[in-house]
Amino acid sequence: MARLNANSLGVAQEIIARYPVPRSALIPLLHLAQEQDGYVTEDAMAHIAELVGVTPAEVMGTCSFYEMLKREPVGDYMVNICNGISCHLLGSSDLIHHAEATLGVRPGGTTDDGKITLEAVECIAACTEAPCLQVNYRYRNRVTAEDFDQLVSELRDDTAKVASHGQLARVRQHIGDDRRAGVSPPDGQGEPAWMARNPSDNGDGS
Amino acid sequence: MSENEVVVNITVNGQPVEAKPGEWVIAAAERAGVYIPHFCYHPRMNSVGMCRMCIVDIDAGRGPALQPSCMVEVSEGMVVDTTSEQTRKAQDGVLEFLLLNHPLDCPVCDKGGECPLQDQTMAYGPGESRFVEEKRHFEKPIPVNDLVYLDRERCILCDRCTRFADEVAGDPLITFQDRGDQTQVNTFPDLPFSSYFSGNTVQICPVGALTAVPYRFKARPWDLTEVESTYPNPMGDRVVVQASRDQVLRYQGVDSDAVNWGWLTDKDRFAFEATASELRLHTPLVRGTPLGRLDPGGSELVETSWGQALSLTADAIKAAVADKGPQSVAVLGGARLTNEDQYAWARLAKGVIGTDHVDAQLDDGLPAEGVLSLPRATINRACTPGGTVILMAPDPKEEQGTLYLRLRHAIVNDGVQLIELTPRATGLSHLAAFRLHHRPGEAAAVAAALMGGDIEAGPDGDIGGTPVSAVAAAAAAIADRADQPLTVVLGRPSLAEPADFTMDAVAELVRFANLLSAGGRPGIAFLPALQRGNVLGALDMGLAPGLLPGRITLADGGPALAEAWGSVPSNPGADARGILQAAANGQIEVLILLGADPLGDFPHRELADEALSRVGTIVASDLFLNPSTVRAHIVFPAAGFAERRGTHTNLEGRITGQRQIVTPPGTARADWAIATELARQLGAVFGFGAPEDVWDEITRVAPSHRNLSMEAIDASDDGVVAADSSIAFTPPEHATPVPHVDAYSLRLVSARRMYDRGTLLQHAPSLAGLAPTAILAVNPYDFDRVGVEPGADVQVISNAGEVAMPVVADPGVPRGTAAFGYNYPDLDVRDLVDPDAMVTDLRIQTR
Repeated sequence: MARLNANSLGVAQEIIARYPVPRSALIPLLHLAQEQDGYVTEDAMAHIAELVGVTPAEVMGTCSFYEMLKREPVGDYMVNICNGISCHLLGSSDLIHHAEATLGVRPGGTTDDGKITLEAVECIAACTEAPCLQVNYRYRNRVTAEDFDQLVSELRDDTAKVASHGQLARVRQHIGDDRRAGVSPPDGQGEPAWMARNPSDNGDGS
Repeated sequence: MSENEVVVNITVNGQPVEAKPGEWVIAAAERAGVYIPHFCYHPRMNSVGMCRMCIVDIDAGRGPALQPSCMVEVSEGMVVDTTSEQTRKAQDGVLEFLLLNHPLDCPVCDKGGECPLQDQTMAYGPGESRFVEEKRHFEKPIPVNDLVYLDRERCILCDRCTRFADEVAGDPLITFQDRGDQTQVNTFPDLPFSSYFSGNTVQICPVGALTAVPYRFKARPWDLTEVESTYPNPMGDRVVVQASRDQVLRYQGVDSDAVNWGWLTDKDRFAFEATASELRLHTPLVRGTPLGRLDPGGSELVETSWGQALSLTADAIKAAVADKGPQSVAVLGGARLTNEDQYAWARLAKGVIGTDHVDAQLDDGLPAEGVLSLPRATINRACTPGGTVILMAPDPKEEQGTLYLRLRHAIVNDGVQLIELTPRATGLSHLAAFRLHHRPGEAAAVAAALMGGDIEAGPDGDIGGTPVSAVAAAAAAIADRADQPLTVVLGRPSLAEPADFTMDAVAELVRFANLLSAGGRPGIAFLPALQRGNVLGALDMGLAPGLLPGRITLADGGPALAEAWGSVPSNPGADARGILQAAANGQIEVLILLGADPLGDFPHRELADEALSRVGTIVASDLFLNPSTVRAHIVFPAAGFAERRGTHTNLEGRITGQRQIVTPPGTARADWAIATELARQLGAVFGFGAPEDVWDEITRVAPSHRNLSMEAIDASDDGVVAADSSIAFTPPEHATPVPHVDAYSLRLVSARRMYDRGTLLQHAPSLAGLAPTAILAVNPYDFDRVGVEPGADVQVISNAGEVAMPVVADPGVPRGTAAFGYNYPDLDVRDLVDPDAMVTDLRIQTR
């Protein structure tokens, strides 16, 4: 649980290379850190700050703005029950109460076995499928109490096919070198290509 | 408004107002005398429209609508109404919202009485809140660094402190964290807001969320009296000095357009603590017996009367002059005094005693005559949009804090291109267009190539350690902008080498000055970034060998001044090094130290030590006892900043007023009065009864200060700038050769840090602990070559000696160079520097 490991660092370099300005990669890198550790550690934030050339405080400012970026350890599975208007009208409050009773935790809490973190969230934009919930941000639609119990038992014995928390997609985005828009490599040195004032200035200063 | 300027005509509350293009409505209204309430808007920072308090009715042609006046630019025909019913309702609503979570703990809040939120709640708003729920709670004040506390409950999230940290200081170490009603200002955990400029956030906080440790619970605003003054640093930062019950309690920056824009460094802002230190000298002291008799062999300094101390001093001077001639008296220091003090001492030394052995700099600056002979720039000239600045000085972030802020702003916002010609990276490096980091001592080669000489690689395939391509590109960039002003920030980049190398580089810059100023171009000018308070005043007032008051040499100005003074020295004297050398040889009988500490500051400590032990009578005028003054025979307690009136000269030659607000401790006197009284005892009547009398004489006898009346100086925050000198620049006869560095050594570069072992700092309790511990910084790629690990404790060996310290990796230090602070409290770089060598090469060994 610390800084980005060698594997993540390689991915991070590739992500940074997608942007003309390194700091644009901040949010994708925070997701990467969350994918690695299940949440964003302070060490990872400090590491990201080094990679994109901002201060750790700026990374913290961005990271703490977003609910989906967790700064404390969470369970293996985030269960987010929607409490938006449509879901509410179709009984999500009852579902939340049922979840609390079943799991023995309030929204925001993690079960003792560290498997499940329960959250009640604002509209997750699946109103036609209300009441809905997400497991590690994968949707479950028109969830009944029975569905929920079924889900919990699958999660408890890891038979539900859900990606781990922090993993945004099963396939990593890759942009081929031939599709890049002529940006400087992410070595963190010198000024960006667009700032070079003279073609003979190779940008490395001294 | 001048003829050629474009004017945007708007109407504010029915009054026609002439606004500038691009001006914010709030600023235009303010200039027209209409105050629009606001919290987040600050004229020296970008508008963010965060607090919504400045919402007013603005009609830009499509009917009146509520818009934040700090985010709307003026446009022709715009109609602004700040008093409409709609505006009032908006202001009421915004204020009620801002107060939702504000604790209203005004009775125990330091800001109470000078709080914009408090004031505006009285002036606007419904007066009563409908919010009955629980307010949000945070841990009450948390330290964001050693000097500033943050109370997040009081914070109204105006973004001023965080914007300052990011936009102005460039240290974005405090940010908004969390979201919505949980938003708070905070640092990263365990990473404090370690900025040299953090005190400014306290000053601009519109509520009591940020408070400064040295001022917390010390006073209420209505107990304070205040005067506007000039802080005695080389920038001449404008400040308001606030005091209560005869004690200075706070400095606040004043927004002087020409100088500091309202900002101060923490070092200066909180140095007021030293003024009230119990260790201040308050009575004259003499070395001797308890009866107050002078006994040079006495082991103690004992209290005495002014009459006794002055007559003993006069006797010693008379005896020395009669015995060995006037040149056996020498004066060191004076850089921390006012212009008037400096003039009085200069007249005493040069006009009455007749010695020219006078130097305000302790061999840690640049040759006085050289500095005065250069065309002087102003800070605003350096910051002209599109201009070029060559930095050939120590890191301004460490030494000239507010100059760093001004330059930073100019580079970031006004497209000024910075060319760094320094031996190592500085706080501005990441913003510099070109970083020409040369080998220590080799600035001249780079300067020559840069300014139009041949760009040819030296024997090592580079130019003084900088890549040829970089120098060529920078030279082209200078040529590109030749129609814009070129300003050189000039200082002594390293104290581990003599000033000769810097002056060689200056000679190269001056050699091409004609080229730059051809065809009506603005040409080149210099900002001398020297050390110590009023050092540039000291040079102007003649506290330097071979110079007389008014930026004139002894040879040129001697006859005229001899008429006014009676006599002037016949021969030029020696600089600090020469004086101490003469003293060590037994040629100096009386050495007068004006706030100087040669043992602490002079680069050749052994020479200073030897000199102090050989001088017959050491006379000191100082605020505190320091390592040198404890060895004095007679000590005068001097009045310090805020304890006396006078004028100050900054690095532009700008003269501004300093005012008194508290009485000096005990019987301490202003230096001009000490000098005047001493002169009287030596038979010369100056006729000075007040500092104004001294200034009056300065304006009569000093050519560069002619007609600079006190009224003109006081009339503006910006003061007046003295006239350039008529001294012609004399290039060094031959360039000083730089010895080659061998493959196993690292060449030392040493400059001051902001927090150090300086006397004032060490007597300010809040600042004393901030000085960093000593480390040697080396380029990461050099570790393999010298065979040590980063972070290791190593033995550092030079010709002069060896010391043990940790070595760290620092990519800002070029390869082949090692950087070490000049004035760490725990380790003295002078243990390593061979004062007679041109350069200092270090070897590093594991211990």
